[in-house]
Amino acid sequence: MSLIEFTDRGLYCRRGDFYIDPWRPVDKAILTHGHSDHARWGSKAYLCQTDTKPILEVRLGPGIYQTAGYGEHTFINGVQVSFHPAGHIIGSAQVRVEYGGEVWVVSGDYKVENDGLSGQFESVKCHSFVSECTFGLPVYQWKPQAQIFADIQHWVLKNKAAGKSSILFAYSLGKAQRLLPCLTEVTDRILVHGAVYNVHMALANAGIALPEVHRVTPDTPKEWLKGAVVIAPSSAEGTPWMKRFSPYVVGVCSGWMNIRGAMRRRNADAGFPLSDHADWPGLLSAIKSTEAECVYVTHGFTAAFGRYLNEIGIHSKEVKTEYGDDEAAEKSTELADTIA
Amino acid sequence: MRSFAELVATLGTTTKTNEKLDALVRYFSVADDRDKVWVIAIFSGRRPRRAVNTTQLATYCVEVTRLPFWMFDECWHTVGDLGETIALLLPENETAQAERPEDERPLYYYIEQLKKIEKEEESVRKQFILESWAEMNRSERFVFNKLITGSFRIGVSQKLMVNALAKATGAEASVIAHRISGNWDPTTISFDELTGEEAHATDISKPYPFYLAYALEDAPASLGLPEEWQVEWKWDGIRGLIIKRQGELFVWSRGEELMTEKFPEYHSLQYILPDGIALDGEIISLPAGPSPALPGGEGAGKNPGGSNSEILNNGVSNSPSTGGGRGEAFRKPLPFSALQTRIGRKNVTKKQLQEAPAGFIVYDLLEYEGADWRTRPLQERRAKLEALLSQWEHPALILSPIVTFTEWEELAALREQSREMASEGFMLKRKSSTYQVGRKRGDWWKWKIDPLTIDAVMIYAQKGAGRRSGLYTDYTFAVRDGDKLVPFTKAYSGLTDKEFAQVDAFVKRNSIEKFGPVRTVKPELVFEIAFEGIAASSRHKSGVALRFPRMLRWRQDKKVEEINTLEDLKQLLEVYGK
Repeated sequence: MSLIEFTDRGLYCRRGDFYIDPWRPVDKAILTHGHSDHARWGSKAYLCQTDTKPILEVRLGPGIYQTAGYGEHTFINGVQVSFHPAGHIIGSAQVRVEYGGEVWVVSGDYKVENDGLSGQFESVKCHSFVSECTFGLPVYQWKPQAQIFADIQHWVLKNKAAGKSSILFAYSLGKAQRLLPCLTEVTDRILVHGAVYNVHMALANAGIALPEVHRVTPDTPKEWLKGAVVIAPSSAEGTPWMKRFSPYVVGVCSGWMNIRGAMRRRNADAGFPLSDHADWPGLLSAIKSTEAECVYVTHGFTAAFGRYLNEIGIHSKEVKTEYGDDEAAEKSTELADTIA
Repeated sequence: MRSFAELVATLGTTTKTNEKLDALVRYFSVADDRDKVWVIAIFSGRRPRRAVNTTQLATYCVEVTRLPFWMFDECWHTVGDLGETIALLLPENETAQAERPEDERPLYYYIEQLKKIEKEEESVRKQFILESWAEMNRSERFVFNKLITGSFRIGVSQKLMVNALAKATGAEASVIAHRISGNWDPTTISFDELTGEEAHATDISKPYPFYLAYALEDAPASLGLPEEWQVEWKWDGIRGLIIKRQGELFVWSRGEELMTEKFPEYHSLQYILPDGIALDGEIISLPAGPSPALPGGEGAGKNPGGSNSEILNNGVSNSPSTGGGRGEAFRKPLPFSALQTRIGRKNVTKKQLQEAPAGFIVYDLLEYEGADWRTRPLQERRAKLEALLSQWEHPALILSPIVTFTEWEELAALREQSREMASEGFMLKRKSSTYQVGRKRGDWWKWKIDPLTIDAVMIYAQKGAGRRSGLYTDYTFAVRDGDKLVPFTKAYSGLTDKEFAQVDAFVKRNSIEKFGPVRTVKPELVFEIAFEGIAASSRHKSGVALRFPRMLRWRQDKKVEEINTLEDLKQLLEVYGK
């Protein structure tokens, strides 16, 4: 019996009788992070990393959320479980599962570059490693964050000089917070969409230090809206909500923006390949450092990435999951209440 | 190269015409003159010849990156563009970025080198490519690769470039437009010669811009009195312009491409047409029969009569150059597919000349005796055209027949016969109209027939290119044949972005097998496929080839059991494809 099984509800540990990031309601769910495709509603009890709890409370509502810090051991039916930094977003964790000397690590989503907010990805030795591969093709190789931040700052200043607002589309959990230190260097005031604001306040109230942001409301002073610097989820695109910032230009922050075609399809004025996922070299280095005997590749370019791993001598299998693509778009249902 | 790469990056990312214009004006104001000439050439489709082919480029890239070939292909299919794929895969060159503004090489250097190495051995060409890559950053490599593969599609229209040049040089836009259209060689012409004051004394090939029509949306009765209108069949070929000046013949296509060499059937026209003439018409393929007249060859200028040709309209014998009104003989063109095989080819084969010689259905007279006739009313131009054509005997020249009718209802009934005529419907032209420039409303309308349609199921999907890169947007469709599914066409267009996203998600969840870039998909999604024509084809499993297939709508109300059959397709072929 394998310590972790792949079932139609999610990754299941029979020995400990718990699931990791299940996509159907279960009794006990361990979550890698708070993005909606990994943290789903309806399970009876959740275990998550400490900083993920406020996110779950705002997104899933009240529930049973047990927490653990990075490196802390929890025992579930005799199975040892611990969280280790995944560097993806605030509170994101790899889940290490150990029983009888066998070790599995479920990465959830991760990136190896330290973004200054989500922690430094920790390489954890294991027998079996479950890896994402959202950007598992060699055409995805990121520039360092500092360089992309400089590009964004240059763009914002250029827009300001032209009397235009800069609207940056970024996932409201993770990317939006990551952009703040970049933007505080070029503006005194950062405006945010309600969806971004809700997440922001949940994190701030939980004691996470973040630069100040201002929620856009009907009462926002008119003069703030001219030449503004705004962060919004991409689902705000094309809604009347945007009009108040006219004239404005739109920049999309996503790893997909590394490809011109994807950028043109978005019809954005600018695209910044800023990703919360590991790029090709990042995936390879992370996987190699686990020294795993078998690597299970989940969402992303699984077929190509898995084949490549096998060809370079890393035993690998493809696994079908229902995890989505947080770099592409946020589900509009999450935002329905905040678009005003 | 840096500034050209920046220009391309700006043009490629901005969606606003004004910003594109500004970027071009900035570029034309500061760039090296030789670079500017090449940029005009590249953006107007005059590219340097390929020094290395795409397979070689891919091989070099695989060698540098040590990736397996299949992985390169995987990347290429995801990115959708070879030049960009290579630029993304090559290791980032840090020193290239920072340290050499002073010894940056200009665009023309690379183009000249590419031309120089064209005839060298492969090892020399390879060395040049590798060295060039090594000294460039990512965006420079991208434009360099695009120069080699020769496909710059970055949303710069001729009009936009003309406006930018006008702004940068201070000349009139119409003057610039005239100057950069036509025949010139970027390797020999200077920027001043191309755009300066003394430029352009004598380009005898210079074409006129076509007058294009919008689709008629209202009932034709909205156009007023029938007798004020001239109605012709709308032919499905390539819009063309035949010009003869100073003893030389020029054939232009709608894409502003000089295609004289591609149509040897027309060459003997230079012995027949008078100097100073321009004819607007449709390039089409004719059924085998009268051999096309070749200069000095057999049958020049004669019309051997159409023994094999199909005869329409009362079976009157074939007389191609005099077909004027209704009831006269007219050689029905072949489906567009017959012409299509010739377009991409450099040299026309003997077989093509015999089996599907090109004809030219003449619509209009734009220049006569060296004078511009475009401002004269259509009625006058048509009368002159008829008179002229009745004097010229040439197997390729066919006067566009006029459809006679007295009531609009009568015309609507005639329109139903379009397919039998191998036509797409009608062109409605006001008899008093001048010949205008570009697509204009009011005087000319196209009144096309509804497309043929068939319900089919999607069975394969492949990722698209350009703005659809990474998305499954290119589909293959099948009809039923007993309990089998037979693929019969591909289609890429007709869905909204939202629908494409939904189908893409379906493909990703429901792929059964993978053959290279192609996924076989669970046969479940039904689409109504529209197309303009159908022809027999031995190259397709289904035995048919469609003209301009596209997805008319996604039939979410239909199940795969309800799609059309191969028999249905064959019936359409029987009725419309012969």
